[in-house]
Amino acid sequence: MSGAIDITLGEVAASLALVAVAVAISRWRGAGLEGDIGVAVLRSFVQLTAIGYVIQAIFDEDSLALVLALIAVMVVFGAFTARARARKVPDALGPLLVALALAGAATLGLVVALGIFEPEPRYLVPVGGMVIGNAMTAAAVALNRLGDDIRDKAQQIEATLALGASAREAAAPVVRASLRSGMITLVDSTKTTGLIFFPGTMVGMLVAGAEPTEAVRLQLILLWVLLGSVAISAVVATSLAYRRFFTPADQLRDVPAP
Amino acid sequence: MLFELRDVHLDRAGKRVLDGVSARLPDGATCIVGPSGSGKSTILRLLNRLADPDRGVVLYRGRDVRELDPRALRREVALVPQLPALLAGTVADNVRYAASLAGHEADVERVLTLAGLDPSYADRDSDRLSVGERQRAMLARALAQRPRVLLLDEPTSALDPDARNAVERTLHELCGRLGIARVVVTHDEAQARRLAEWVVRVDAGRVVACGPAAEAFSG
Repeated sequence: MSGAIDITLGEVAASLALVAVAVAISRWRGAGLEGDIGVAVLRSFVQLTAIGYVIQAIFDEDSLALVLALIAVMVVFGAFTARARARKVPDALGPLLVALALAGAATLGLVVALGIFEPEPRYLVPVGGMVIGNAMTAAAVALNRLGDDIRDKAQQIEATLALGASAREAAAPVVRASLRSGMITLVDSTKTTGLIFFPGTMVGMLVAGAEPTEAVRLQLILLWVLLGSVAISAVVATSLAYRRFFTPADQLRDVPAP
Repeated sequence: MLFELRDVHLDRAGKRVLDGVSARLPDGATCIVGPSGSGKSTILRLLNRLADPDRGVVLYRGRDVRELDPRALRREVALVPQLPALLAGTVADNVRYAASLAGHEADVERVLTLAGLDPSYADRDSDRLSVGERQRAMLARALAQRPRVLLLDEPTSALDPDARNAVERTLHELCGRLGIARVVVTHDEAQARRLAEWVVRVDAGRVVACGPAAEAFSG
Protein backbone atom coordinates (compact mmCIF):
# COMPACT_ATOMS: atom_id res chain seq x y z
CA MET A 1 0.00 0.00 0.00
CA SER A 2 2.89 2.29 -0.52
CA GLY A 3 3.67 4.61 -3.32
CA ALA A 4 6.80 6.70 -3.58
CA ILE A 5 7.32 10.20 -4.86
CA ASP A 6 10.57 12.00 -5.36
CA ILE A 7 10.85 15.23 -3.37
CA THR A 8 13.91 17.36 -3.97
CA LEU A 9 15.55 19.73 -1.50
CA GLY A 10 14.66 22.52 -3.93
CA GLU A 11 10.98 21.71 -3.50
CA VAL A 12 11.38 21.71 0.26
CA ALA A 13 13.15 25.06 0.05
CA ALA A 14 10.32 26.44 -2.10
CA SER A 15 7.86 25.81 0.75
CA LEU A 16 9.84 28.38 2.77
CA ALA A 17 7.87 30.96 0.80
CA LEU A 18 4.93 30.23 3.09
CA VAL A 19 7.21 30.62 6.11
CA ALA A 20 8.13 34.03 4.73
CA VAL A 21 4.41 34.85 4.61
CA ALA A 22 4.12 33.86 8.31
CA VAL A 23 7.11 36.03 9.23
CA ALA A 24 5.72 38.94 7.23
CA ILE A 25 2.31 38.69 8.92
CA SER A 26 3.94 38.48 12.35
CA ARG A 27 6.02 41.59 11.68
CA TRP A 28 3.16 43.47 10.01
CA ARG A 29 0.79 42.90 12.95
CA GLY A 30 3.46 43.13 15.63
CA ALA A 31 2.89 39.57 16.87
CA GLY A 32 6.58 39.31 17.72
CA LEU A 33 6.82 35.70 16.57
CA GLU A 34 9.51 36.14 13.92
CA GLY A 35 12.23 34.72 16.16
CA ASP A 36 10.06 31.81 17.24
CA ILE A 37 9.14 31.02 13.65
CA GLY A 38 12.84 31.02 12.72
CA VAL A 39 13.67 28.67 15.60
CA ALA A 40 10.71 26.44 14.71
CA VAL A 41 11.76 26.16 11.09
CA LEU A 42 15.38 25.47 11.98
CA ARG A 43 14.51 22.92 14.66
CA SER A 44 11.99 21.12 12.48
CA PHE A 45 14.58 20.89 9.69
CA VAL A 46 17.36 19.60 11.95
CA GLN A 47 15.18 17.25 14.01
CA LEU A 48 13.28 15.72 11.10
CA THR A 49 16.42 15.37 8.99
CA ALA A 50 18.20 13.66 11.87
CA ILE A 51 15.28 11.31 12.58
CA GLY A 52 15.04 10.65 8.84
CA TYR A 53 18.62 9.36 8.82
CA VAL A 54 18.00 7.36 12.02
CA ILE A 55 14.90 5.74 10.52
CA GLN A 56 16.76 5.07 7.28
CA ALA A 57 19.52 3.35 9.25
CA ILE A 58 16.96 1.25 11.15
CA PHE A 59 15.23 0.29 7.90
CA ASP A 60 18.60 -0.66 6.39
CA GLU A 61 19.49 -2.78 9.41
CA ASP A 62 15.95 -4.24 9.53
CA SER A 63 16.46 -4.82 13.26
CA LEU A 64 13.56 -5.00 15.74
CA ALA A 65 16.02 -4.34 18.59
CA LEU A 66 16.83 -0.97 17.06
CA VAL A 67 13.10 -0.25 16.70
CA LEU A 68 12.62 -0.97 20.40
CA ALA A 69 15.60 1.21 21.27
CA LEU A 70 14.16 4.10 19.23
CA ILE A 71 10.76 3.72 20.87
CA ALA A 72 12.39 3.61 24.31
CA VAL A 73 14.15 6.90 23.51
CA MET A 74 10.84 8.39 22.38
CA VAL A 75 9.20 7.25 25.64
CA VAL A 76 11.90 8.91 27.73
CA PHE A 77 11.88 12.17 25.75
CA GLY A 78 8.07 12.12 25.71
CA ALA A 79 7.92 11.68 29.49
CA PHE A 80 10.32 14.57 30.10
CA THR A 81 8.38 16.80 27.69
CA ALA A 82 5.05 15.92 29.31
CA ARG A 83 6.50 16.54 32.78
CA ALA A 84 7.18 20.13 31.82
CA ARG A 85 3.43 20.55 31.27
CA ALA A 86 2.47 18.68 34.44
CA ARG A 87 4.52 20.76 36.87
CA LYS A 88 1.77 20.85 39.49
CA VAL A 89 1.96 17.08 39.93
CA PRO A 90 4.77 16.15 42.32
CA ASP A 91 7.23 13.58 40.86
CA ALA A 92 5.22 13.19 37.66
CA LEU A 93 8.10 11.63 35.71
CA GLY A 94 7.59 8.09 37.03
CA PRO A 95 3.86 7.89 36.19
CA LEU A 96 4.56 9.43 32.76
CA LEU A 97 7.32 6.95 31.92
CA VAL A 98 5.08 4.02 32.89
CA ALA A 99 2.08 5.48 31.03
CA LEU A 100 3.96 6.07 27.77
CA ALA A 101 5.80 2.75 27.91
CA LEU A 102 2.59 0.81 28.60
CA ALA A 103 0.64 2.71 25.93
CA GLY A 104 3.40 2.03 23.38
CA ALA A 105 3.89 -1.62 24.31
CA ALA A 106 0.18 -2.47 24.52
CA THR A 107 -0.73 -0.66 21.30
CA LEU A 108 2.12 -1.96 19.14
CA GLY A 109 1.82 -5.41 20.70
CA LEU A 110 -1.87 -5.53 19.84
CA VAL A 111 -1.58 -4.27 16.27
CA VAL A 112 1.06 -6.90 15.58
CA ALA A 113 -0.85 -9.66 17.43
CA LEU A 114 -4.04 -8.84 15.52
CA GLY A 115 -2.15 -8.97 12.24
CA ILE A 116 -2.89 -5.32 11.39
CA PHE A 117 0.78 -4.60 10.74
CA GLU A 118 3.74 -6.86 10.15
CA PRO A 119 6.38 -6.72 12.91
CA GLU A 120 8.74 -4.80 10.63
CA PRO A 121 10.55 -1.50 11.19
CA ARG A 122 8.74 0.05 8.19
CA TYR A 123 5.45 -0.16 10.12
CA LEU A 124 6.52 -0.13 13.76
CA VAL A 125 8.70 3.00 13.62
CA PRO A 126 6.14 5.46 12.20
CA VAL A 127 3.20 3.95 14.08
CA GLY A 128 5.27 3.87 17.29
CA GLY A 129 6.12 7.54 16.82
CA MET A 130 2.48 8.48 16.38
CA VAL A 131 1.40 6.36 19.34
CA ILE A 132 4.01 7.80 21.72
CA GLY A 133 3.39 11.35 20.52
CA ASN A 134 -0.35 11.16 21.05
CA ALA A 135 0.06 9.27 24.33
CA MET A 136 2.42 11.99 25.54
CA THR A 137 -0.04 14.77 24.73
CA ALA A 138 -2.91 12.92 26.39
CA ALA A 139 -0.92 12.19 29.56
CA ALA A 140 0.36 15.78 29.76
CA VAL A 141 -3.11 17.27 29.35
CA ALA A 142 -4.60 14.81 31.87
CA LEU A 143 -1.94 15.48 34.52
CA ASN A 144 -2.08 19.23 33.98
CA ARG A 145 -5.82 19.09 34.68
CA LEU A 146 -5.27 16.74 37.63
CA GLY A 147 -2.83 19.16 39.26
CA ASP A 148 -5.21 22.09 38.80
CA ASP A 149 -8.30 20.23 39.98
CA ILE A 150 -6.75 18.73 43.09
CA ARG A 151 -5.75 22.20 44.22
CA ASP A 152 -9.07 23.78 43.23
CA LYS A 153 -11.11 21.07 44.92
CA ALA A 154 -8.85 20.49 47.91
CA GLN A 155 -11.63 21.36 50.36
CA GLN A 156 -14.07 18.94 48.79
CA ILE A 157 -11.46 16.19 48.67
CA GLU A 158 -10.50 16.73 52.29
CA ALA A 159 -14.16 16.83 53.35
CA THR A 160 -14.60 13.45 51.65
CA LEU A 161 -11.49 12.06 53.34
CA ALA A 162 -12.96 13.29 56.62
CA LEU A 163 -15.88 10.91 56.08
CA GLY A 164 -13.47 7.99 56.02
CA ALA A 165 -13.16 7.73 52.25
CA SER A 166 -9.89 6.42 50.85
CA ALA A 167 -7.65 8.68 48.80
CA ARG A 168 -8.84 6.79 45.71
CA GLU A 169 -12.48 7.41 46.57
CA ALA A 170 -11.92 11.06 47.48
CA ALA A 171 -9.94 11.76 44.31
CA ALA A 172 -12.24 9.77 41.99
CA PRO A 173 -14.20 12.77 40.62
CA VAL A 174 -11.06 14.74 39.74
CA VAL A 175 -9.27 11.68 38.34
CA ARG A 176 -12.32 11.03 36.15
CA ALA A 177 -12.37 14.62 34.88
CA SER A 178 -8.62 14.50 34.17
CA LEU A 179 -8.93 11.26 32.21
CA ARG A 180 -11.69 12.86 30.17
CA SER A 181 -9.52 15.90 29.45
CA GLY A 182 -6.69 13.71 28.24
CA MET A 183 -8.90 11.76 25.85
CA ILE A 184 -11.44 14.28 24.62
CA THR A 185 -9.26 16.06 22.03
CA LEU A 186 -8.60 12.89 20.05
CA VAL A 187 -12.18 11.68 20.47
CA ASP A 188 -13.45 14.99 19.09
CA SER A 189 -10.99 15.09 16.21
CA THR A 190 -11.89 11.48 15.36
CA LYS A 191 -15.55 12.53 15.21
CA THR A 192 -14.86 15.33 12.76
CA THR A 193 -12.19 13.65 10.67
CA GLY A 194 -12.97 13.77 6.98
CA LEU A 195 -15.48 16.55 7.50
CA ILE A 196 -13.49 19.44 8.89
CA PHE A 197 -9.93 18.29 8.36
CA PHE A 198 -7.96 15.57 6.61
CA PRO A 199 -5.55 13.82 8.95
CA GLY A 200 -1.85 13.82 8.15
CA THR A 201 -1.42 10.17 7.29
CA MET A 202 -4.20 10.27 4.73
CA VAL A 203 -2.88 13.49 3.21
CA GLY A 204 0.62 11.98 3.04
CA MET A 205 -0.60 8.84 1.32
CA LEU A 206 -2.73 10.74 -1.18
CA VAL A 207 0.15 13.05 -2.04
CA ALA A 208 2.40 10.01 -2.39
CA GLY A 209 0.02 8.60 -4.98
CA ALA A 210 -1.98 6.02 -3.02
CA GLU A 211 -5.58 5.15 -3.84
CA PRO A 212 -7.96 7.26 -1.70
CA THR A 213 -9.74 4.18 -0.30
CA GLU A 214 -6.42 2.69 0.69
CA ALA A 215 -5.38 5.95 2.36
CA VAL A 216 -8.69 6.02 4.23
CA ARG A 217 -8.30 2.47 5.49
CA LEU A 218 -4.84 3.17 6.88
CA GLN A 219 -6.04 6.40 8.42
CA LEU A 220 -8.92 4.62 10.13
CA ILE A 221 -6.58 2.00 11.56
CA LEU A 222 -4.30 4.70 12.92
CA LEU A 223 -7.10 6.80 14.38
CA TRP A 224 -8.65 3.83 16.14
CA VAL A 225 -5.30 2.55 17.36
CA LEU A 226 -4.51 6.01 18.70
CA LEU A 227 -7.80 6.11 20.61
CA GLY A 228 -6.70 3.01 22.48
CA SER A 229 -3.19 4.25 23.16
CA VAL A 230 -4.41 7.65 24.35
CA ALA A 231 -6.87 5.99 26.73
CA ILE A 232 -4.19 3.67 28.13
CA SER A 233 -1.74 6.52 28.57
CA ALA A 234 -4.21 8.86 30.28
CA VAL A 235 -5.65 6.22 32.60
CA VAL A 236 -2.24 4.92 33.68
CA ALA A 237 -0.80 8.42 34.19
CA THR A 238 -3.76 9.67 36.25
CA SER A 239 -4.12 6.43 38.23
CA LEU A 240 -0.48 6.56 39.30
CA ALA A 241 -0.13 10.34 39.67
CA TYR A 242 -3.09 11.11 41.95
CA ARG A 243 -1.44 9.14 44.80
CA ARG A 244 1.38 11.68 44.76
CA PHE A 245 -1.02 14.16 46.38
CA PHE A 246 -1.78 11.93 49.37
CA THR A 247 0.18 10.50 52.28
CA PRO A 248 0.03 6.76 53.09
CA ALA A 249 -2.49 7.68 55.85
CA ASP A 250 -4.90 9.08 53.23
CA GLN A 251 -4.12 12.71 54.07
CA LEU A 252 -4.07 15.37 51.37
CA ARG A 253 -0.64 16.98 51.09
CA ASP A 254 -0.18 20.75 50.85
CA VAL A 255 -3.69 21.80 51.76
CA PRO A 256 -4.12 25.58 51.74
CA ALA A 257 -4.23 26.89 55.29
CA PRO A 258 -7.81 27.12 56.65
CA MET B 1 -10.37 10.79 78.37
CA LEU B 2 -11.75 11.28 74.85
CA PHE B 3 -8.71 13.06 73.37
CA GLU B 4 -5.36 14.09 74.72
CA LEU B 5 -2.71 16.19 72.99
CA ARG B 6 0.81 16.00 74.37
CA ASP B 7 3.34 18.66 73.42
CA VAL B 8 2.09 18.91 69.85
CA HIS B 9 4.10 21.01 67.37
CA LEU B 10 3.17 21.70 63.78
CA ASP B 11 4.71 23.97 61.16
CA ARG B 12 3.11 24.75 57.84
CA ALA B 13 4.77 26.61 54.96
CA GLY B 14 7.59 27.61 57.29
CA LYS B 15 5.21 29.09 59.86
CA ARG B 16 4.64 27.67 63.34
CA VAL B 17 0.95 26.79 63.64
CA LEU B 18 0.99 24.77 66.88
CA ASP B 19 3.70 25.42 69.43
CA GLY B 20 3.70 22.77 72.13
CA VAL B 21 -0.03 22.19 72.53
CA SER B 22 -1.00 19.99 75.47
CA ALA B 23 -4.66 19.53 76.40
CA ARG B 24 -7.13 16.92 77.64
CA LEU B 25 -10.64 16.75 76.16
CA PRO B 26 -13.16 14.66 78.10
CA ASP B 27 -16.33 13.00 76.77
CA GLY B 28 -19.27 15.36 76.39
CA ALA B 29 -19.17 18.82 74.87
CA THR B 30 -15.87 20.63 74.41
CA CYS B 31 -15.35 24.01 72.77
CA ILE B 32 -11.99 25.09 71.41
CA VAL B 33 -12.07 28.88 71.48
CA GLY B 34 -9.64 31.50 70.30
CA PRO B 35 -9.07 34.22 67.71
CA SER B 36 -8.75 33.38 64.02
CA GLY B 37 -5.34 32.04 63.08
CA SER B 38 -4.73 30.72 66.59
CA GLY B 39 -4.56 27.06 65.49
CA LYS B 40 -8.06 25.89 66.49
CA SER B 41 -8.96 24.32 63.16
CA THR B 42 -5.57 22.66 62.91
CA ILE B 43 -6.12 20.99 66.29
CA LEU B 44 -9.45 19.66 65.03
CA ARG B 45 -7.78 18.22 61.92
CA LEU B 46 -5.26 16.39 64.09
CA LEU B 47 -8.05 14.70 66.07
CA ASN B 48 -9.20 12.60 63.12
CA ARG B 49 -5.83 12.47 61.37
CA LEU B 50 -6.50 14.70 58.43
CA ALA B 51 -3.04 15.91 59.43
CA ASP B 52 -0.27 14.62 61.70
CA PRO B 53 1.85 16.73 64.06
CA ASP B 54 5.53 17.22 63.34
CA ARG B 55 6.24 16.43 66.98
CA GLY B 56 4.13 15.27 69.91
CA VAL B 57 1.31 12.77 70.30
CA VAL B 58 -2.47 12.81 69.83
CA LEU B 59 -4.39 10.16 71.80
CA TYR B 60 -7.97 9.02 71.19
CA ARG B 61 -9.41 7.11 74.14
CA GLY B 62 -5.86 6.49 75.34
CA ARG B 63 -4.44 5.25 72.03
CA ASP B 64 -2.04 7.09 69.74
CA VAL B 65 -4.11 7.96 66.66
CA ARG B 66 -1.19 6.89 64.46
CA GLU B 67 -1.73 3.31 65.67
CA LEU B 68 -5.34 3.38 64.42
CA ASP B 69 -6.64 2.83 60.91
CA PRO B 70 -7.16 6.43 59.77
CA ARG B 71 -10.28 5.63 57.74
CA ALA B 72 -11.94 3.73 60.58
CA LEU B 73 -11.02 6.58 62.95
CA ARG B 74 -12.60 9.16 60.61
CA ARG B 75 -15.85 7.20 60.40
CA GLU B 76 -16.03 7.09 64.19
CA VAL B 77 -14.77 10.66 64.68
CA ALA B 78 -16.57 12.70 62.02
CA LEU B 79 -15.26 16.13 61.10
CA VAL B 80 -17.50 18.80 59.61
CA PRO B 81 -15.25 21.47 58.08
CA GLN B 82 -16.00 25.17 58.26
CA LEU B 83 -16.21 25.64 54.51
CA PRO B 84 -18.95 23.42 53.16
CA ALA B 85 -17.71 21.22 50.32
CA LEU B 86 -20.40 18.81 49.20
CA LEU B 87 -20.02 16.38 46.34
CA ALA B 88 -21.87 16.92 43.06
CA GLY B 89 -25.42 15.54 43.14
CA THR B 90 -28.36 15.97 45.46
CA VAL B 91 -28.28 16.38 49.22
CA ALA B 92 -29.65 12.82 49.50
CA ASP B 93 -26.80 11.55 47.27
CA ASN B 94 -24.32 13.11 49.68
CA VAL B 95 -26.02 11.64 52.73
CA ARG B 96 -26.23 8.18 51.16
CA TYR B 97 -22.59 8.30 50.09
CA ALA B 98 -21.47 9.14 53.62
CA ALA B 99 -23.67 6.39 55.09
CA SER B 100 -22.37 3.84 52.59
CA LEU B 101 -18.78 4.65 53.53
CA ALA B 102 -19.66 3.77 57.12
CA GLY B 103 -21.54 0.64 56.02
CA HIS B 104 -25.00 1.94 56.99
CA GLU B 105 -28.31 2.43 55.27
CA ALA B 106 -29.11 6.14 55.18
CA ASP B 107 -32.24 7.50 56.85
CA VAL B 108 -32.10 10.71 54.83
CA GLU B 109 -35.22 12.31 56.26
CA ARG B 110 -34.12 11.74 59.83
CA VAL B 111 -30.61 13.14 59.49
CA LEU B 112 -31.83 16.18 57.56
CA THR B 113 -34.30 16.90 60.33
CA LEU B 114 -31.60 16.41 62.96
CA ALA B 115 -29.40 18.90 61.11
CA GLY B 116 -32.19 21.47 61.00
CA LEU B 117 -33.04 21.01 57.31
CA ASP B 118 -36.53 20.31 56.01
CA PRO B 119 -36.70 16.78 54.45
CA SER B 120 -37.74 18.39 51.17
CA TYR B 121 -34.07 19.36 50.78
CA ALA B 122 -33.21 15.73 50.01
CA ASP B 123 -33.72 16.20 46.27
CA ARG B 124 -32.09 19.62 46.06
CA ASP B 125 -28.91 19.92 44.02
CA SER B 126 -25.98 20.43 46.39
CA ASP B 127 -24.54 23.31 44.36
CA ARG B 128 -27.84 25.22 44.51
CA LEU B 129 -27.85 25.61 48.29
CA SER B 130 -26.94 28.68 50.28
CA VAL B 131 -23.79 28.48 52.42
CA GLY B 132 -25.90 28.01 55.56
CA GLU B 133 -27.89 25.21 53.94
CA ARG B 134 -24.68 23.57 52.82
CA GLN B 135 -23.31 23.72 56.35
CA ARG B 136 -26.38 21.87 57.61
CA ALA B 137 -26.20 19.37 54.74
CA MET B 138 -22.59 18.70 55.75
CA LEU B 139 -23.75 18.08 59.32
CA ALA B 140 -26.50 15.75 58.06
CA ARG B 141 -23.93 13.89 56.00
CA ALA B 142 -21.72 13.40 59.04
CA LEU B 143 -24.68 12.26 61.18
CA ALA B 144 -25.57 9.65 58.56
CA GLN B 145 -22.34 7.90 59.50
CA ARG B 146 -23.59 7.46 63.09
CA PRO B 147 -20.32 8.74 64.53
CA ARG B 148 -19.37 8.48 68.20
CA VAL B 149 -17.67 11.87 68.10
CA LEU B 150 -18.49 14.97 66.05
CA LEU B 151 -15.77 17.52 65.31
CA LEU B 152 -17.38 20.77 64.19
CA ASP B 153 -15.41 23.70 62.79
CA GLU B 154 -17.39 26.93 63.24
CA PRO B 155 -20.62 25.00 62.50
CA THR B 156 -22.93 28.01 62.56
CA SER B 157 -20.68 30.70 61.08
CA ALA B 158 -22.92 31.17 58.01
CA LEU B 159 -26.29 30.76 59.73
CA ASP B 160 -28.85 33.34 60.79
CA PRO B 161 -29.79 33.34 64.52
CA ASP B 162 -32.83 31.06 64.05
CA ALA B 163 -30.90 28.44 62.09
CA ARG B 164 -27.99 28.75 64.51
CA ASN B 165 -30.30 28.10 67.46
CA ALA B 166 -31.77 25.07 65.66
CA VAL B 167 -28.32 23.58 65.06
CA GLU B 168 -27.23 24.28 68.63
CA ARG B 169 -30.39 22.59 69.94
CA THR B 170 -29.63 19.59 67.70
CA LEU B 171 -26.13 19.40 69.07
CA HIS B 172 -27.45 19.43 72.64
CA GLU B 173 -29.96 16.69 71.83
CA LEU B 174 -27.40 14.56 70.02
CA CYS B 175 -25.08 14.74 72.94
CA GLY B 176 -27.77 13.78 75.40
CA ARG B 177 -29.94 11.33 73.47
CA LEU B 178 -27.48 9.62 71.14
CA GLY B 179 -24.45 9.91 73.36
CA ILE B 180 -22.34 11.57 70.66
CA ALA B 181 -19.40 13.52 72.04
CA ARG B 182 -18.60 16.76 70.28
CA VAL B 183 -15.68 19.11 69.90
CA VAL B 184 -16.70 22.48 68.52
CA VAL B 185 -14.26 25.08 67.25
CA THR B 186 -15.64 28.58 67.60
CA HIS B 187 -14.39 32.13 67.80
CA ASP B 188 -17.71 33.11 69.39
CA GLU B 189 -17.44 33.30 73.19
CA ALA B 190 -21.22 33.47 73.57
CA GLN B 191 -21.64 30.28 71.59
CA ALA B 192 -18.97 28.56 73.67
CA ARG B 193 -20.89 29.57 76.82
CA ARG B 194 -24.06 28.03 75.40
CA LEU B 195 -22.48 24.81 74.14
CA ALA B 196 -19.46 23.92 76.23
CA GLU B 197 -19.05 21.71 79.25
CA TRP B 198 -15.28 21.86 78.81
CA VAL B 199 -13.22 24.66 77.26
CA VAL B 200 -9.80 24.71 75.60
CA ARG B 201 -8.65 28.26 75.02
CA VAL B 202 -6.02 28.69 72.29
CA ASP B 203 -3.92 31.67 71.30
CA ALA B 204 -1.00 31.88 68.86
CA GLY B 205 -0.63 28.12 68.61
CA ARG B 206 -0.59 27.56 72.36
CA VAL B 207 -3.16 26.42 74.89
CA VAL B 208 -3.66 29.23 77.38
CA ALA B 209 -6.43 27.59 79.45
CA CYS B 210 -8.08 24.18 79.62
CA GLY B 211 -10.80 23.12 82.04
CA PRO B 212 -14.49 22.93 82.90
CA ALA B 213 -16.70 25.61 81.33
CA ALA B 214 -17.80 26.79 84.75
CA GLU B 215 -14.20 27.74 85.56
CA ALA B 216 -13.39 29.06 82.10
CA PHE B 217 -16.27 31.51 82.12
CA SER B 218 -16.23 32.45 85.81
CA GLY B 219 -15.33 36.06 86.24
